[in-house]
Amino acid sequence: MSETAGGLRIRGLRVAFDGFVAVDGVDLDVAPGDIRFLIGPNGAGKTTLVDAVTGLVKATGSALFGEQELLGREVHRIARLGVGRTFQTAALFEELTVLQNLDIAAGAGRSPWAMLRRRGAVPDDVAYTLETIGLADRRDALAGTLAHGQKQWLEIGMLLVQNARLLLLDEPVAGMSHEEREATGELLGKVAGERTVVVIEHDMDFLRRFARTVTVLHAGKVLSEGTVAQVQADPKVQEVYLGHASDEPVAQGAEA
Amino acid sequence: MSPRVRAWLGFGLGAVVLFAAAPALLTDFRLSLLAKYLCFAIVAVGIGLAWGRGGLLTLGQGVFFGLGGYAMAMHLKLADAGEGDMPDFMQLYGQLDELPAWWAPFANPVFALAATVLLPMLVAFGLGSLVFRRRVRGAYFAILSQALAAAMVILLIGQQGTTGGTNGLTDIEGFFGYDLDDPVNQRMVYFIIAGVLLALLALTRQLMHSRYGELLVAVRDSEERVRFLGYNPANVKLVAYVVAAGMAGLAGALFVPAVGIISPALIGIVPSIEFVIGVAVGGRAALLGPVLGAVAVAWAKTALSERFPGTWTYLQGAMFVLVVAFLPGGLASLWGLVKRRREAAVPPAPPAEQPVLVKEAAA
Ligand SMILES: Nc1ncnc2c1ncn2[C@@H]1O[C@H](COP(=O)(O)OP(=O)(O)O)[C@@H](O)[C@H]1O
Ligand SMILES: [Mg+2]
Repeated sequence: MSETAGGLRIRGLRVAFDGFVAVDGVDLDVAPGDIRFLIGPNGAGKTTLVDAVTGLVKATGSALFGEQELLGREVHRIARLGVGRTFQTAALFEELTVLQNLDIAAGAGRSPWAMLRRRGAVPDDVAYTLETIGLADRRDALAGTLAHGQKQWLEIGMLLVQNARLLLLDEPVAGMSHEEREATGELLGKVAGERTVVVIEHDMDFLRRFARTVTVLHAGKVLSEGTVAQVQADPKVQEVYLGHASDEPVAQGAEA
Repeated sequence: MSPRVRAWLGFGLGAVVLFAAAPALLTDFRLSLLAKYLCFAIVAVGIGLAWGRGGLLTLGQGVFFGLGGYAMAMHLKLADAGEGDMPDFMQLYGQLDELPAWWAPFANPVFALAATVLLPMLVAFGLGSLVFRRRVRGAYFAILSQALAAAMVILLIGQQGTTGGTNGLTDIEGFFGYDLDDPVNQRMVYFIIAGVLLALLALTRQLMHSRYGELLVAVRDSEERVRFLGYNPANVKLVAYVVAAGMAGLAGALFVPAVGIISPALIGIVPSIEFVIGVAVGGRAALLGPVLGAVAVAWAKTALSERFPGTWTYLQGAMFVLVVAFLPGGLASLWGLVKRRREAAVPPAPPAEQPVLVKEAAA
């Protein structure tokens, strides 16, 4: 596990499903500690890109995290290199408590001996993260009973205790209330810096508030890249967004 | 009452029932039947772990039960025959001049006892490594397990000269120097089985409450997510599967002195399915559910097939369907249902602070 935040460096990434090319030669650089937003219309290939980087789908090209090549490795090995992700729909262990969810996320490096014993005290990093994600008083609730926003925070918390240095979040604020979005954005601001964060998001308000840099994907290719202002001023982006989806000019709350 | 205190009380109660009440109340005949049922209960504890907690539909536990049973029976047959002699059935079939080489090590009691547990675990490790790493889906794993049970039966029947064929290994007389015809020694066998069951329940409880136990449930509910946390789910499943196989092997080994026989009919496809039915009826995810289910189903089988021969299979099938359809948590979940009913009858307690938080977050 690398202790410093590594950057992500993707070259010529290509993913094809039965001849349909979902990601078509993407080059992407995310600097260490950055908060990069990945936007683009539905079907642009955003989720597939994350799937490829985390080993869920086969891809060609290269994806370096720090010095490490990620492509071609098994999912759990990529995770152990410090790459963590969340899913478009929250994927928690619903029949386990918040504490148990975090404890499992924190434990991939535990020895067999530690695994065979009960959890004694709450591990420090878990306790700290419970505070960070604001779920300390919901510690013993079953994850399945959490409110929607809380589930997403728990997922982010799991990445934190997992000690992920690269966080790939797939639409973390979809379906959240305004307050929850704000809280999530602030959480991201807190965790970036020593970690590198990539957020897939549709919501333009959220993007303007919290993105440091933005990459626009369209039909499996990078359409534009830069700061929020640069990307918004890019005529190609305006064309895709306005021409493609003038009914959702700033895609408020649109879900994929 | 804290869970730990409750667990101790539970074990105490179990010990009283098994070690004092049952021997005092049951005839020798009934007690030896109970010994047999408790062997099935030991298999069930393992299935509860692998299937109830790990989601692995272990439809081939007969294989491991059989490996343990045959390992034990081979040793006891050799001991009955005396040093240097072949077991009676080999002499009877008269195809062999001397003991087959693969029988010889089982003359050693330590080897044989170790084999009853380690052999099944080894086979489970081999099969599990292949299957779980290749991410074979649940239904295929179940079918594969069944196929293995069928293959083992065919092999045993085909090698009559060295395995006893369809008859299996029968007429076992002694158990490490004790005459099994003596009711006192039969009681001793019962006590050993009851003790092993309690010990394995304690072990399984520890496993279920350990971090590993939590991880196992996580793998059952969301394997993919576990993988993204940096674990290899194949290894997690493998541990539960191998432990369950070891328990089934030990159960098979204890079954032999309790019943005096091990044969292909006891370990094939049908017995393998019956093991799982008992667990489903009792409640697969609870610690005691599988034990109660296994004993109840085995008892019902004896009682009903005495009275209505030929209808047992249908009854068993009906029972399975009813439980799966109306009581997926098995009999063990009845207790929870009753408790909830009773709590619902009491006026609801004032809501705690939590709902406010939920409302706030969801607003
Ligand atoms: N497993 C799959 N098999 C076939 N096509 C897929 C698969 N996953 C995604 N796709 C297709 O790839 C394209 C990109 O999908 P996705 O990455 O989910 O888009 P986004 O997340 O940007 O909305 C879509 O056209 C989708 O239908
Ligand atoms: Mg998507």
